[in-house]
Amino acid sequence: MKVVVCIKQVPDTKGGVKFNPDGTLDRGAMLAIMNPDDKAGLEAALRLKDQYGAEVTVVTMGLPKASDVLREALAMGADKAVLVTDRVLGGADTWATSTTLAGALRNLDYDLIITGRQAIDGDTAQVGPQIAEHLGIPVISYAQEIKVNGDKVTVKRQYDDRYHMVEVKMPCLITALSELNDPRYMTPGGIFDACKADITTWGRADLKEVDDGNLGLNGSPTKIAKASDKVRKGAGEKVVPDSPEDAVSYIVGKLKEKHVI
Amino acid sequence: MNMTPEQIAQYKGVFVFAQQVDNEVSGIAYELLGKARELAEPLKTEVTAVLIGSGVKGLADNLAEYGADKVIVVDDPELKEYRTEPYAHALASVINEYKPEIMLVGATAIGRDLGPTVSARVATGLTADCTVLDIGDFPLQPVPGKEDEQLHNQLLMTRPAFGGNTIATIACPYNRPQMATVRPGVMQKIEPKKGAKAEVIEYNPGFTPNNRYVEIKEVVKAVSDVKDIMDAKILVSGGRGVGSPENFKILEELADAIGGQVSCSRAVVDSGWKPKELQVGQTGKTVRPNVYFAIGISGAIQHVAGMEESDIIIAINKDEDAPIFDVADYGIVGDLNKIVPKLTEEVKAALAEK
Amino acid sequence: MDFSLSKEHEMARQLFKDFAETEVKPLAQEIDQEHRFPRETVEKLAKYGFLGIPVPKELGGQGCDVLTYAMCVEELSKVCGTTGVIVSAHTSLCVDPIMTFGTDEQKQKYVVPLAKGEKLGAFGLTEPGAGTDAQGQQTKAVLDGDEWVLNGSKCFITNGKEADIYVIFAVTGKVEKRGKMMKEISAFIVEKGTPGFTFGTKENKMGICGSATYELIFTDCRIPKDNLLGKQGKGFNIAMHTLDGGRIGIAAQALGLASGALETTIEYVKERKQFGRSIGQFQNTQFQLADMATKVEAARLLVYKAARAKDQYQQDGKSAYGVEAAMAKLYAAEVAMEVTTKCVQLHGGYGYIKEYDVERMMRDAKITEIYEGTSEVQRMVISANLLK
Repeated sequence: MKVVVCIKQVPDTKGGVKFNPDGTLDRGAMLAIMNPDDKAGLEAALRLKDQYGAEVTVVTMGLPKASDVLREALAMGADKAVLVTDRVLGGADTWATSTTLAGALRNLDYDLIITGRQAIDGDTAQVGPQIAEHLGIPVISYAQEIKVNGDKVTVKRQYDDRYHMVEVKMPCLITALSELNDPRYMTPGGIFDACKADITTWGRADLKEVDDGNLGLNGSPTKIAKASDKVRKGAGEKVVPDSPEDAVSYIVGKLKEKHVI
Repeated sequence: MNMTPEQIAQYKGVFVFAQQVDNEVSGIAYELLGKARELAEPLKTEVTAVLIGSGVKGLADNLAEYGADKVIVVDDPELKEYRTEPYAHALASVINEYKPEIMLVGATAIGRDLGPTVSARVATGLTADCTVLDIGDFPLQPVPGKEDEQLHNQLLMTRPAFGGNTIATIACPYNRPQMATVRPGVMQKIEPKKGAKAEVIEYNPGFTPNNRYVEIKEVVKAVSDVKDIMDAKILVSGGRGVGSPENFKILEELADAIGGQVSCSRAVVDSGWKPKELQVGQTGKTVRPNVYFAIGISGAIQHVAGMEESDIIIAINKDEDAPIFDVADYGIVGDLNKIVPKLTEEVKAALAEK
Repeated sequence: MDFSLSKEHEMARQLFKDFAETEVKPLAQEIDQEHRFPRETVEKLAKYGFLGIPVPKELGGQGCDVLTYAMCVEELSKVCGTTGVIVSAHTSLCVDPIMTFGTDEQKQKYVVPLAKGEKLGAFGLTEPGAGTDAQGQQTKAVLDGDEWVLNGSKCFITNGKEADIYVIFAVTGKVEKRGKMMKEISAFIVEKGTPGFTFGTKENKMGICGSATYELIFTDCRIPKDNLLGKQGKGFNIAMHTLDGGRIGIAAQALGLASGALETTIEYVKERKQFGRSIGQFQNTQFQLADMATKVEAARLLVYKAARAKDQYQQDGKSAYGVEAAMAKLYAAEVAMEVTTKCVQLHGGYGYIKEYDVERMMRDAKITEIYEGTSEVQRMVISANLLK
C-alpha cells in the first residue's frame, strides 16, 4: 500500500504574528512549522505504515527552505520526500497550487493521498478537494477516523451536526482534521537519518500533464486587490470599579441602556 | 486559463447554493440570499437559488420568501444525503448550463468541500471564508495610462487570513463564475416576504455512479442537547481565568438568567473543561451575538478573530493589560468570582421588574 | 573552530524542547511536591528513543552522538531536573559501561532493551563508608561455582527500585599495588528480582524529589558468573571511566537548570512591576541577567566541548575526555547554583514560594555540585592533570 501525504510549511501563528514596518507579514521572524492539519494527516499515514506496512511519501510545494518540513516528516517516519520548487510556481492561488501538486502526484504511485483540511496561513481548505478533482479520484474531506480494509477505505467524515461513515474504493484523497490524532514526535535517530536522506526535487519540467497557463501567479484566477493587516475595532471604555457592586451596577446600566434587559 | 471578454459576457446573474440538510434549508442559504439581493442591485440582475437534493422541490417557496427570484431544483434520489460527487456534478452542471456571473456557497462543512471541487471542475477561482462581499472595480484604483483596462462590476471578496491577523480583498477578474464561500453568521437575511413566489426551474443532468461516488454506510447525528453557539443572541464566554470546570457554573447561571448560552476560549477546550463545539475563535466558531461577555478571557488574537464582530462586547478580567480590553466596548477590571454571581442576581431582579 | 550546530543538532534540540515543554513541564511541580517518580514520562522517553540516544542502532539505540544526548538532558532539565537525571543515570551510568566493557552477549541481553527503553538502568558504587573514595568499598562478591555471591549495600542510588538493570561494584579480593595491599574491585550486572537483592528506604531529599533514590541491599545474592562486567579486578577503571561520562550528563543537567531558571526569570522581570515599571528596567536586574547569561553560555560551551571530546573517544577509542568532563561539571554545577540562587532573589518573595519554578530549580541545582564527584573532586581531577 502506498500513501502520499501533502504537507505545507507555514509560519507559526501561535506565538503571535510579527509584521514588517510596512504592515506586511514578517515571515522571517516567525518560526516555520509543519501545518497542524497536515501533521495529523502524516500521523494517520504513519499509523497505516505501522499497521499495514504502507510506504509513506511526503510531498511539499514551496521554496527550497520548505525541505525542512520534509526532513521533519522523514524524522517522524516517512519513507520518501519530494520537494516541488520552481520560480515559475510562485504566487500560486489554490487553483494553481492544486494544479501543480496534481502534476507532481501523477508521477507517483498511490492508493491514498492525504492532505490536511486547511493551512493555518491561508485557511482556504481548497487544495485537497481540488487535487482530487484534477486527478479524477474521490475525495473525503474532514476525516476524523481512517480505516483501511482491503482495497477500500472507511472514513468517519465530520459535518456540523453529524458524521457519516463512508466507504470508497482506493485510490482516493482524504483531508485530515488536526483532531484526527496526536501526531508523534520525531526520534533523535530519525533526525540523523533524515538529515542524510535524499530529497527528490522536482521543477516545472517534472510536472505531468500540466499547462503553463495554470501555474504560478499568472495561472491563478483569483487576484489580490488589496491586502492589509486587519483594522480592529478600537477599545471602548475601561473601568476599574472600587467594588464588585460598582462593577455590577455599571454593567447592568449598560445592558439597560442598550435594551438588552 | 483566462476567458475572453466575449465568454465572460455570457455569464449573468447571482446564484446561491441553497444548502439543505434533511430537507430543511440551512440558515446559511437565507443569509446568502440576503447578500445576493444586495449584489444583484448594482448589477441589475436576478437572484437564483440552486436547490439540490431528493424530494426538495417544496422548499422553493421558502427560498422565494428570503429573496430568490428563481429557483433551479436538481432533484434526484442519488442526492438524498450530501456526497461530494453527485452534488458537485449537480452544481457544476447547473453552472455550465445557466452561466452565473457570481456563485455563492456557504463556508460550512458541506460548502467547503463542494466549493473547491466545483470551482476546479468549472475551472474558475474560489475565494474561501469571505466576510465581506462588494461590487466594485478591479484594480481598485485604475493604473495610470491604463484607465480603460480597469474592470467594473467585479465581485470583491474580502476574507481574513493568518488566523485573523491580515485581511485580503480578492477578485476573480478573468474567469466566471466568480465563486466565494461565505462564513455562516456574517451576512444578514432579509425580512421574509410572506407568500413570495419564485420561478421554479427543474433541471436534472443525469446521475451515473462512478468511482468517485462514495458509499455512506452510516449516518450518525450528533446527539447533543447543546444548541449551536452561532445561533445565540447572547453568549457568556469563559476563559482559563474562570479557574476550573466547576466554576463555569457561575457563567451558566448568568447565561440562564439573561437568556444566553455559555461558550469558551480555546484554552478551556485544551484543558478539557468544555467540549470543542463551544469554542469561539480561529480554530473554533465565529460568532456575532448581540452581546458577548468575555469573562476571564485574556483575548488572544485567535480568540478575538472569532468574536470581534459581536454587537456589544463586555469584558471582565482581573488583568488590566489583557488584550481583550482592546476590543471590548465595556471593559471591567475586577474579580470575576465576585462580579459574576452578583451580576446574575441583578439581571434577574431587573428582568423580574419588567 | 566551528561553534555552530549542525542541522541534525538544531532539529534535535527543537524536538527535545517541544517534548520537554509538552510532556515534562506540566508534571514538574507535581512530581517534586509529591516525591513521585514520573513513570509515565519514562514510558514516553522510551517510546521516542530518548533512553538510547548515543547507542548504535545495532544495539537498539538511536545511533546519535554524545552531544545530542547532552542536549537532551539539558532541555529536559530546563523544565524538570528530575527527568534530566533519570535519563542521565540510565544512559551514562548503566548503558555506557555495559556498551563499553560488556561482552557481545551482555550487550545483546542488556544494552538492547535498555536502549529501547524497555528496561531502565542504574549504577551502584557509593556506600555509606565509600563515596568518592572507592577504596572504602565493603560490598563483597565471592565466586561460588558458576555464581557470584554478593553481600553488602549501596546507598544514594539514583533510579533505585525503579530500574531493572544495575551495574554494581564489589570487592573481589586483594592485590598488591606499589607495595600496598589494595582492594580488588570488580563490576557486575545485577537484575532486579534476583533473590537476595532488595531495597532499603527511599531517601527524602532536598531536590530532584521525583527521582527515586534508594539503598540497595545484597544478602547472599547469587548472580550468574557471566554477569561479571569487564575483567575481574578492573572494576575501579570501569567506575572511573563511567563517571567521566556521567559527569557530562550531570553537567548538562546543571546547564539545563541554570538556563531554564534564567529563561523563566527573564519572562518574570519583564512582567513584574515595582515602583511603576517592570523590574527588568532596573539596571541591577539588567546587569545580573547579563552576568548570568554569560556564565550560562560559557557553561554550555564547556559541556558541548566535553560531549564532543567523548564523541571523539567513541570513534577512536583512545582520546581523553576526563578533564573536559570534570571542567564542564565543575563549572556548570557552580553556575547552576549561582544562577538559580540569583533567580530566586530576582523573584523576591515569590521566588521562595513553591508555585514558582525557580524555587524548585534552586533546590535541584544543589545536587549537581555533589553527586558523581563533588566540585572538590572535580578540582582534584583537573589539578592532578595539570601537575602530572
